[in-house]
Amino acid sequence: MQGSIDLDHRSAVQYLLRIGDTCLILGQRLSEWCGHAPVLEEDIAMANMALDLIGQARAVLTHAGAIEGRGRDEDQLAFLRDERDYRNLTLVELPRGDFAFTVMRNAMVATLMKLLWERLVDSSDEELAGIAGKAVKEARYHQQHAADWVVRLGDGTAESRRRTEAALRELWLYMPELFESDAVDDACQAIALGPRWIDLREPWLAEMRSILDEATLAMPAESAFRSSGKRGLHSEHMGYILADMQFLQRAFPGGVW
Amino acid sequence: MRCQQAWDVLDTVLDPEVPALSVRELGLVRDVVERGDTLDIVLTPTYSGCPATEVIERSVIDAIDAAGIGPARVTLQRAPAWTTDWISETGKRKLLEYGIAPPGPVAAEHAVTIRIVGRRADAAIACPRCGSHHTERLSAFGSTACKSLHRCLDCREPFEHFKAI
Repeated sequence: MQGSIDLDHRSAVQYLLRIGDTCLILGQRLSEWCGHAPVLEEDIAMANMALDLIGQARAVLTHAGAIEGRGRDEDQLAFLRDERDYRNLTLVELPRGDFAFTVMRNAMVATLMKLLWERLVDSSDEELAGIAGKAVKEARYHQQHAADWVVRLGDGTAESRRRTEAALRELWLYMPELFESDAVDDACQAIALGPRWIDLREPWLAEMRSILDEATLAMPAESAFRSSGKRGLHSEHMGYILADMQFLQRAFPGGVW
Repeated sequence: MRCQQAWDVLDTVLDPEVPALSVRELGLVRDVVERGDTLDIVLTPTYSGCPATEVIERSVIDAIDAAGIGPARVTLQRAPAWTTDWISETGKRKLLEYGIAPPGPVAAEHAVTIRIVGRRADAAIACPRCGSHHTERLSAFGSTACKSLHRCLDCREPFEHFKAI
């Protein structure tokens, strides 16, 4: 059994882990659709987007490991941290739900990531800027795909609309966390590593509003609830997804394909 | 001399997922530099999660070794990001002959923030078989992340399109 590694609390590392972990956990959730999506085309789409996200996570986690300077690679960071050392948004760890829930979440996350990568293209960190230059193209496509589906289901049959509205209501509870900024954000903005996430809020709301309008769905009011995955305090679902992801590396340390 | 030979060899290394094109025609090769005894082949990955990247690295090194001009190593260069605009004209022609509709120029795509399109509204892609523009998109993703799936409404054949990114 492989023990856990501890976490580096420097701001730049934390900032990168928030990005890398969000991509990693959503990639893991989307990969669960493989063999289960309602139609073959969407099965393939989910698997392809999961691949993009895991590719982005690999690049960002590798870079986080390099900044740490403690010789840890992407695999060690992905598989050997404990739950509270993950910095992903709570939103992405929620179970995949039905297809309406999946595409609504994808629309919310891809819109955020697109706006974030667009800003990170100008990061003072050249490696991060390079990763962003590639990832922004992928996030743009993911957003397009998800938005098409939100419109199709929201403005679809009575049943698809009912499910899409329910998904939106539940997911919107986790929206405020996307734009909570703290000392990590301030420190990283100061060195021009990347933007404070709160500064992405207005453009995000504007893009989401255009998608929801087209889907004839009303934007819910903001809830008082605050999830806290970015600070390492996760929902009850996080432990299970990590058990799934980490089992092999914990049971067979250093195992490779 | 050795670098020129290497470029020629790279023209024979086929992409594992679109085996009609060489990695050079796909625009993956940024540079070939001689560093001491070793040839440094600089490649740009296509998609962040492309499972072919590692296979391509291996095939490039093997091909250079087989041509007797090794040893070689591969360096991945992420910036500037790969774009389908780097696929050569020959490459685009080979894609078409292989039955895959080649990508158009990228520039126009990026000016748009977000657009909601139905399947039929996205139909400017010409059918690689009969040339008709009367086509529709069936799926945003095809057999690989870099392609989407379409159908020609005239000759009724399905086909793949290499997406412009």
